[in-house]
Amino acid sequence: MFVINCPYCGERDQSEFSCGGEAHIVRPKQPTELSDDEWAEYLFMRKNIKGVQFERWNHAHGCRKWFNMVRDTSNDKIHAVYKMGEKPPVI
Amino acid sequence: MKNKYSIFSLIKNAFSQHENWKQAWGNPEPKKEYEAVIVGGGGHGLATAYYLAKKHKMKNIAVLEKGWIGGGNTGRNTTIIRSNYLWDASAGLYDHALKIWENLSQELNYNIMFSQRGVMNLAHNLQDVRDLKRRTHANRLNDIDAVWLNTKQVKEFCPIINISQDIRYPVLGGTLQRRAGTARHDAVAWGYARGADAMGVDIIQNCEVKGIKRNGDQVKGLDTTKGFIKTKKIGVVAAGHSSVIANMAGLKLPLESKPLQALVSEPVKPIIDTVVMSNAVHAYVSQSDKGELVIGAGTDAYISYTQRGSHDVVEGTLKAILELYPIFSRMKMLRQWGGIVDICPDASPIISKTNIKGLYFNCGWGTGGFKATPGSGDLFAHTIANDEPHKLNAAFNLNRFVSGDLVDEHGAAAVAH
Repeated sequence: MFVINCPYCGERDQSEFSCGGEAHIVRPKQPTELSDDEWAEYLFMRKNIKGVQFERWNHAHGCRKWFNMVRDTSNDKIHAVYKMGEKPPVI
Repeated sequence: MKNKYSIFSLIKNAFSQHENWKQAWGNPEPKKEYEAVIVGGGGHGLATAYYLAKKHKMKNIAVLEKGWIGGGNTGRNTTIIRSNYLWDASAGLYDHALKIWENLSQELNYNIMFSQRGVMNLAHNLQDVRDLKRRTHANRLNDIDAVWLNTKQVKEFCPIINISQDIRYPVLGGTLQRRAGTARHDAVAWGYARGADAMGVDIIQNCEVKGIKRNGDQVKGLDTTKGFIKTKKIGVVAAGHSSVIANMAGLKLPLESKPLQALVSEPVKPIIDTVVMSNAVHAYVSQSDKGELVIGAGTDAYISYTQRGSHDVVEGTLKAILELYPIFSRMKMLRQWGGIVDICPDASPIISKTNIKGLYFNCGWGTGGFKATPGSGDLFAHTIANDEPHKLNAAFNLNRFVSGDLVDEHGAAAVAH
C-alpha cells in the first residue's frame, strides 16, 4: 500500500489504481507471422523482477488514464511516474 | 528411523524432564558435490528431497534454504487442504496429495495434526450456484467426495453462519468436501525435514543461491552464500522467488509474484469446527487448535516481494466475514502477515523440466500450494529422478504456455485466485 503520484490528478492512494503489469512489452507488428514460442513469450512470460521494475498503471477510480511507473518491488518505493508514450527514465 | 517417536520414548524422556530429546535434523555444512540439489526448504522442497531419498533411492541430496526451514510460505498459509478442483488434471494432482495426507503422520512418525473437518464453499449468487453444482458433479466423476448443500443444510453444518436473505451477498447454498480439512503447517515442514535427514539428506539453512552455473545447456552447479556447490540436477521450489532463480539461469517464467495476506484473531473457545470458504466475497475462515480464527484474505493486485500486503485487502475480507458471521463483530485481530505467492496465468502449478538439462521447476502454486505439499514433492521427485514427468503432473509442464493446453482453474477451483 502506497501513494501514487498520478501524472494527471496528483497524489492519490494506491487503492484507487489498478496495475497493468510489466510495461514496454511491444505488441507484435505481424501477429500472423508469429510462432507459438513467440506468442508464449508475448502473452505469458514475464520478468517478474525483484527490484526496479517498469510497469503500467491505470487510475481506475479517478481519471481512468493509463501511465507508466518505475517501482522497486522489493520495498514498494516509487522512483518515477511518466506518461504513456514518453521515454522511460534511466534509473 | 532412529529416535522413533512413540509413547515409550515419551515416557522415557519424561524421566529426564524432556531435556534429552535429540535434535530432529542436523545442521551440516555443504559438501562439494551432490547428486541433486533442491533450492527451497519449505514443505514442497523438503517433501521432494524426502521422496527422492525414499522412493528413488538417491543418496546424496541437499536442500538449500536461504532462511530457516518452513519460514516462508509453509509457515504463512491458512493450512487448508482440499481436492475439489474442477478439471481432471487438477483433480488427479490434488487428490493424489490428499490421499498421502491421510496417512502422513504415520508415515513420517510425526504428528502433523491432519484434521478432516471438511471444507465448505459457499455460493452467493445464481452463477455461483451453477458453477458449484457443476463442480460437485465433476468432482464425483473423478471419485472425489463432494456434496451440494442447500441454505438450510449449510446452516446445519455450520450454525454460526448468517443465512438471512437480506444481506448484500446472501448464502444460496454451498458444497462440502468432508475429506478435506487442515493440518499443522510447521509440523509438515518439520516432519519431512526429520524424515529426509534420517535418510541422509543434508538440510542446509541460511544458504542463499546467488547464481546457477551452466556448461552449455547442462547445469553444473550453484553459487551460494556458502560457496560453489557442484551438481547435475537442480530442483527449484522457491515459491514467490522462483522467477528470481529462473533469471539466474537466463530463463523467464510465466509468473507474477504478489503478496497474499492472512490474519488470526485472539484465541477463543471452539466456535467453528470446519473450514468455510467463500469465493464471491473472498473470505475464508477456520479455527486453529489454539482457538484463533484463521482468516485468509486476498492478494494485492500488483507485483511485490515485500511480504506485507495492503490494508484495504484485509478490510474487504473482514467486511465479508462480519456479514457472514455477525457473532465475530467484537473479535480482536491479533496478527496479520503476508507471503509472496507466484501466480500462473491459468492458476495452476508448474512441475516441469525446462529446456536447460538438469534444471527443474516446481512453482506457480499461487495462493493454494500448501494443500498439495506431499503430492507435489512426490511428483517433483519422480520428475527429477526420471527426467520425465509422472502421468499425474504431465499436464503441468512449462510447455503448456506454448501449446495453449492450459489447466484453467481461475475461478473454477472453488476459490478465486
